[in-house]
Amino acid sequence: MSESDLFVEKSLKLETGTISYLEAGNGPTVVCLHHSWGSVGAIRLHELLAQSYRLIVPDMPGWGASERPLWARDVRDISILCGHFINQLDTPQVHLIGFGFGGYVAAELAVMNSQILDSLTLIGAPGLFPREGEILDQMMFSHRQYVKESFVDEATFIEQFGEEPSQAIRDVWDHSREMTARVAWKPYFFNRRLEPMLANLKTNTLLIWGASDKVVPRSVAEQYLKQLPNSNLHVLPNAGHLLELEWPEKVETLISEHINLNI
Amino acid sequence: MFVGYFTERPYQDPNSGYFGATGRSITDLTMSNASYNPKLGAHLYNRYLDEKIFAEEMGFDGLMLNEHHSTPFCMGGVMNLEAAILARITKRAKIVLLGNILPIWDDPLFLAEELAEIDMISRGRLVTGWVRGTGRESVAHNAVAPYNWERFQEAHDFIIDAWTRPGPFRWEGEHYQFRYVNPWSRPYQDPHPPIWIPGVMSRNTVAWAARQRYPYVMLATELEPTKQSYEYYTEVAKEEGYETGTQHRGYLFKVHVDETEKLADEAGRKFVQGPSNPFLEGNQGTVRPFIQNLPGLTQRNNLLPTIKSFAAAASRGRADQHKEAKEEEKKPVEPPKPRDTYIDQTEKYSIISGTPDTVIPRVRHVLETLRPGSIFFWDGDGAMSHEDSMRSLRLMGQEVIPAVREMAKELDLKSPFEVDPKTNKPVEDISSLEESATTASLAD
Repeated sequence: MSESDLFVEKSLKLETGTISYLEAGNGPTVVCLHHSWGSVGAIRLHELLAQSYRLIVPDMPGWGASERPLWARDVRDISILCGHFINQLDTPQVHLIGFGFGGYVAAELAVMNSQILDSLTLIGAPGLFPREGEILDQMMFSHRQYVKESFVDEATFIEQFGEEPSQAIRDVWDHSREMTARVAWKPYFFNRRLEPMLANLKTNTLLIWGASDKVVPRSVAEQYLKQLPNSNLHVLPNAGHLLELEWPEKVETLISEHINLNI
Repeated sequence: MFVGYFTERPYQDPNSGYFGATGRSITDLTMSNASYNPKLGAHLYNRYLDEKIFAEEMGFDGLMLNEHHSTPFCMGGVMNLEAAILARITKRAKIVLLGNILPIWDDPLFLAEELAEIDMISRGRLVTGWVRGTGRESVAHNAVAPYNWERFQEAHDFIIDAWTRPGPFRWEGEHYQFRYVNPWSRPYQDPHPPIWIPGVMSRNTVAWAARQRYPYVMLATELEPTKQSYEYYTEVAKEEGYETGTQHRGYLFKVHVDETEKLADEAGRKFVQGPSNPFLEGNQGTVRPFIQNLPGLTQRNNLLPTIKSFAAAASRGRADQHKEAKEEEKKPVEPPKPRDTYIDQTEKYSIISGTPDTVIPRVRHVLETLRPGSIFFWDGDGAMSHEDSMRSLRLMGQEVIPAVREMAKELDLKSPFEVDPKTNKPVEDISSLEESATTASLAD
């Protein structure tokens, strides 16, 4: 996993704590919210997006190098803080992308603060109680196993993280798991108060799901699609929950098309 | 000296496939209750209550219960119910709960009421103890792991208030909110039952117990790390401006007494058989480290010297830190599976099993090494039968307990019922046991 020289480490001070982020590129501002297991730096998809857009990849409050709001107890708290972070950027509106748990945060942010969004992209996002199936509970697995379950095949996991993930990666996972548990232990990765409110959200939304996502069932994608008035669903074949690591070029194409339609 | 009796109350069903290595998974929190037989459960619950009555008859000062959930190795999921029954069917012995898992209670007012009722029904024989619980309990009752310590402390403060502060009052805490606190039951003991804190590995908890001057009961940990953990308690006590004594130290250890050395060997080996108990060293039960060691449950760098014991560390999902701790000592890491775990444990005093003649000197060694004011004999566990337990209890009553009392006098080991751990002054009324028995008989 290489970190491109394009990216610059920055931080933004909120009264609730400093938020660290990576920034690269020029053009319309795109903000990416990471998975529950945190950001491990710039990935290939980020590099691709940074060729066309000004890309901002924050460590969500409590994750990575961002200060931990010890008082936060709910995913909604994190969404509000991410909204404050976006408000402090020097741009009135952004294109927001959420990966996995970051998609749940993005959806909560969108229903509260849609005026700051030009577009929304949710990729394998939980947040809704699945009509069918269950959201995979990371607390009942070793984290290594959980991340492995997020790929269609183990080879991709090894390619991305190695046979045994490095201590640095495991430290990021440890730190992230705790923050995830602090705000999302129960109910686990859904909020029954989110689904009804999605109906009021007019923001154009792209839903991208892996056809073989073992973490967030496809039924959740269908529920988002049904509730969000301006949404489209694209299901990638032979893709799991971490489809942005499995198919960065395909995902970049889908995202860019969506963003370009909403500029 | 206070002498108590304890067993985990294992769900002993050799037909379940969860009784040793049968090929079925015996990893903690993977076993399905589809195998549970309530008729066998009925038999076992009554057996363990009967054994407690006999333990009282044999002269034990305390009957200790504990609590675990969703597992065959301990049937005490609702320990307070057993305690309430003991409150009524026993007359003299203290009922020692070590302990209620505070962070998993969403309604600690309910717990305050239950404990007060037990204290009243027993006419003041309750010793209450509170624990944080390992990860398995947070999973079993879905308590948010990172808030375990916060919830423990707030529930403690709340229960003390509920017991001692005239109601009604309002409680608006971080984790608990009550608009009307006015339980129509208050503890029999004034101001409330003694509180003892059991534990194995958390420095936070030891320090906290020392600051509250609550006796700390080490649960079947190895002698040297136990001694070091007591020393840590003493360090904190010094910072708080008081000296510790035997009244602040409790110790639970495995003791079985039998009629012959042969019988003692056969029964003693059963400690490491039976339902898969990861907390019984040498037993075939294992834990899933990621469950025991949930995110944020305990601080990785805030562990007691007991981390150096592989069994204690592994049962808490801390095998990695055990390795680190041993490496720091520049000693070879202990092998996780000893050649003969029973022999290994008898050699290091983790299990003491024999006739009274061989058990008594070994118990003396423990008392001399640790100088506890309260001890608990952990017996009748694993695959031990009712008959094994009853033989042992009888011999403990006839020979071991009287010998231990003599040793305690000689070694000046005073329990919290002789020297008040809050003040370090002699307890004025040390005949409380006899008094409560008298009151009970008058009322009955």
